[in-house]
Amino acid sequence: MSWLRFFRRKRKDVELQAELDAFLSEEIADNVARGMSPEEARRRARVKLGNSQQVRESLWVQNSPMPLTHLFRDLKYAFRTLRRTPGFSVIAIVVMALCMGAAISLFTIVRSVLLRPLPFRDPARLVVVYEHRRTNGAAADSRTQVAPADFYDWRSKTRGFEDMAIIRYAGYNLTGERSELPESVRAAAGSWNLFQLLGVTPAFGRTFSEQEDRPGSTAVMLSWSVFERRFAGDPGIVGRQIHLDGRPATVVGVLPSWFSYPDAGIQLWRPYQADASSEFLQHHDFHQSLVIARLRPDVSLASALEEVGAVQYQLHLQYPHDPVAEDVTPRSLNEDLAGNVKKPLNLMMSAVGCMLLIGCLNVSNLLVARGAARQKEVAIRSALGARRATLIREQLAESVLICAAGCVGGIALSVVATRSLAHTWKDLPTAQGIYIDGTVIAFASVLMITATLIAGLLPALSTTGKAMMNALQASARTGASSVSRTLLRKSLLTAEIGITVVLLVSAGLLLKSFLRLRAADVGCITQNMLTLKYSLPEKKYDTPEKRNAFNEALLERVRNIPGVRAAALGNTLPGAGYWGDFIFTVKEHPPVNASENLPEALSRWADPGYFSALGIPLVSGRFFTDDERGARSYKVIVNNQLVRRYFPGEDPIGRHLHVPAHPHDGAPGIVDYEIVGVVGDTLYQVGKEPKAAMYFPMLEGTGSQMLAVHTTSAPLQFSIPVQRQIAALDPELPVSDVRTMDEVIGASLVNASLSARLVLVFAILSLLLAAVGLYGVLSYLATQRTTELGIRMALGAQRDQLLRLMLGDGMRPALLGLGLGLAVSFVATRLFQSMLFGTKPLDPVVLCCVVGTLFAVAVLACLAPAWRASRLDPMQALRAD
Amino acid sequence: MPGKTQPQAEMLKGTLDMMVLRTLVSGDAHGHTIAKVIEHTSENLLEVEQGSLYPALHRLEDRKWVSSYWGASENNRKAKFYRLTAEGRKQLARETTRWRQMTRAIGLVMGEEGGAQ
Repeated sequence: MSWLRFFRRKRKDVELQAELDAFLSEEIADNVARGMSPEEARRRARVKLGNSQQVRESLWVQNSPMPLTHLFRDLKYAFRTLRRTPGFSVIAIVVMALCMGAAISLFTIVRSVLLRPLPFRDPARLVVVYEHRRTNGAAADSRTQVAPADFYDWRSKTRGFEDMAIIRYAGYNLTGERSELPESVRAAAGSWNLFQLLGVTPAFGRTFSEQEDRPGSTAVMLSWSVFERRFAGDPGIVGRQIHLDGRPATVVGVLPSWFSYPDAGIQLWRPYQADASSEFLQHHDFHQSLVIARLRPDVSLASALEEVGAVQYQLHLQYPHDPVAEDVTPRSLNEDLAGNVKKPLNLMMSAVGCMLLIGCLNVSNLLVARGAARQKEVAIRSALGARRATLIREQLAESVLICAAGCVGGIALSVVATRSLAHTWKDLPTAQGIYIDGTVIAFASVLMITATLIAGLLPALSTTGKAMMNALQASARTGASSVSRTLLRKSLLTAEIGITVVLLVSAGLLLKSFLRLRAADVGCITQNMLTLKYSLPEKKYDTPEKRNAFNEALLERVRNIPGVRAAALGNTLPGAGYWGDFIFTVKEHPPVNASENLPEALSRWADPGYFSALGIPLVSGRFFTDDERGARSYKVIVNNQLVRRYFPGEDPIGRHLHVPAHPHDGAPGIVDYEIVGVVGDTLYQVGKEPKAAMYFPMLEGTGSQMLAVHTTSAPLQFSIPVQRQIAALDPELPVSDVRTMDEVIGASLVNASLSARLVLVFAILSLLLAAVGLYGVLSYLATQRTTELGIRMALGAQRDQLLRLMLGDGMRPALLGLGLGLAVSFVATRLFQSMLFGTKPLDPVVLCCVVGTLFAVAVLACLAPAWRASRLDPMQALRAD
Repeated sequence: MPGKTQPQAEMLKGTLDMMVLRTLVSGDAHGHTIAKVIEHTSENLLEVEQGSLYPALHRLEDRKWVSSYWGASENNRKAKFYRLTAEGRKQLARETTRWRQMTRAIGLVMGEEGGAQ
């Protein structure tokens, strides 16, 4: 029994005909040989052959397995039905395609980002290990990056993991052998065993050796992109030298093109210890690194972590005055990369799910209406003995076709949508390509089947139930339509509107918090502010004096450019990110209890003119002076937030901050800094609470700088003059991230704006769908009740009474849906509360807007059919069937 | 033309397939030959109707007991030839055994009954 013959039956038939013809001619020849006349021979042969049509038919039937035939027939009929009403079909398919396309795109991203294992050897056994502060509970901020000193203890003292590797980010000025154009590149430093641990073999050359992973090592590995871009893909680069920050480094290997961990922006890899000071490696306060561990096959994650946790707890007890966490906590590689996008992704996935559900309900609703028209046909056929299953199957065929076409359209749409979404969404991890694979296709198929059932089963069940016989009894002139079907349509509509309300509320909240974010006060001047970054190479600028000389000369030159109001130089600027922090104690205060967390504050460096140029107000004390440099620079300025938290009701000026992690270059051993001033708070990132911060004088000799230039007019036109001043001082110094302050701040808003916009689009589409549904249902009701309305009119009902009657009919499910939707929103919006900024889940403005919009749309959608119903000509209405 | 006695109008169910397979043992043949051979061998007692022959042939082909190819007939006409496959040979053996048992059993039953009357 091969099912294939079903598809071959046409060819078989042709073959059979030829065969029969051959038989006929053989028989004729035989008969002629027997001595008959040709006519007689033919006649006899035909008689013998019998009805050849019958032979063909019986073979045709034999080749047609019953279920398949029925399926084919149902689909054919459904196709014809759909073709008869192209308007309906096109709308339904477009709706399904839009909804499915959105769902498939988002699933593609979720799959690529969260679900697909990273392309490493046996990725299931890889975990990222963080330090964990028990006092902070299980919240996200309880994860602390790992200090290398802790890591080395973990690695040497525990056995649960096969191996552990450590990574941190770095950056270099890259120049070639023949001093080509300088370029500042993002890089990472990884312990020598990292690539073996991940199971990555280099495309050319080798990975780092254990001997190379020590301070002063010159080994470097290239990423594929920089290898192609800068070294023309020439494998001969292996073994040659390049220059990093002006110092020679030997290329030992090139990573394969698919390797883009932890993100695609990493251009170079260095051995972990290569540029690390011994202090950095030995002290327990430099929490800047990521630890990846590979579990032993026979050890459970819990017991391996317990072992590491025990080591960490010993360290915690050993260094009570350092920020050493008590415990460790794991995170999967995928989740670690996805970090910030997981929540918005889940939120959008839910939004899209809601929209898809609305789409299905809408198609279902339309099909119920069509089912009504076929009610009598169905009733008669079932009276004649058609089985219910057959009738349901026939009706499902239509929704199968709609959903299948929608699914194909959706996949096509999602190819485009996924690409543009992945392009716009800057936060998405880039360690994996985002593409449609087998799992996504399988997901799409499941989606299609589910959608088919939701959209098709309800109408099919409703038109074929026991009550169907009533259709036969119901004569043409009964006024009332089937109450049960109207009820079904109304409940579908209520559900649709309910879900729409939830989406609208979510979108409204996200939009409002985005607007709040955009309007947030960063705490400094943001208009007409040009910013850029540069990093002085340590080889050329090897003393604080040289670095100060360059920085001061640059400030002087920039301030003299016509049109420049002021210029500020610091290691970072407000709104540009977290940068770093230090743990400190106040020298004049009693020691902090061992059980309590030590105070911490953001660490910043600023030139004397920094605060006035950026417009950050002085609260008390004074700014830095030009004189506070080198050995005399152990001064610190703190912000309001730090004073509020750690000096409540106390004058901080003249007190000393003890910052063990920041030993002073100019005067060794000094880690106490005198507070000379208090300044206003600034936000390190829009959307985050202001944090305590301390500013150290830039003139102690820092080399990595962000320059902010306050200009009188459009800031970007000053970028060339400013860069020219830098080139005049040092033509080899690369400059990066030339942006306006608004752009810097805007960059941190891109993601908030994206999720707000996308959810808003979904919500508007849903609203549109709901409006169409409402309109459809009411129009249907109006036609059903034509006779009834005619009688009412004949009995003296006024037109506005009828209008009210019909409006009420449509508005009831709308209002019910609105109420239900609001109730669900109260719960649903709490789930993404953490994504909101300055907006409560029950924001009254948003809720009012949503209620108002929905009400208006519902009235509009109901008004047209209701108006038409009230304008009926009573005579015609009574005559109408 | 040979005088036609009352041919067995209805063939015993399931026996046609067996007879077709048996016919093909002596060599490949097309539909017409198969029908003729069966009729002749049965001394014209059996008449093979096209309405059952062709569906039977296609059924056998479907079950992979015969294979087919297009070739030229003895009169040099294009005709579809059928060939017994190894699987078909085994099937024929099975059916023959079954048939022998059946006829013997029926013979026994009928012989006894005939004796009683």
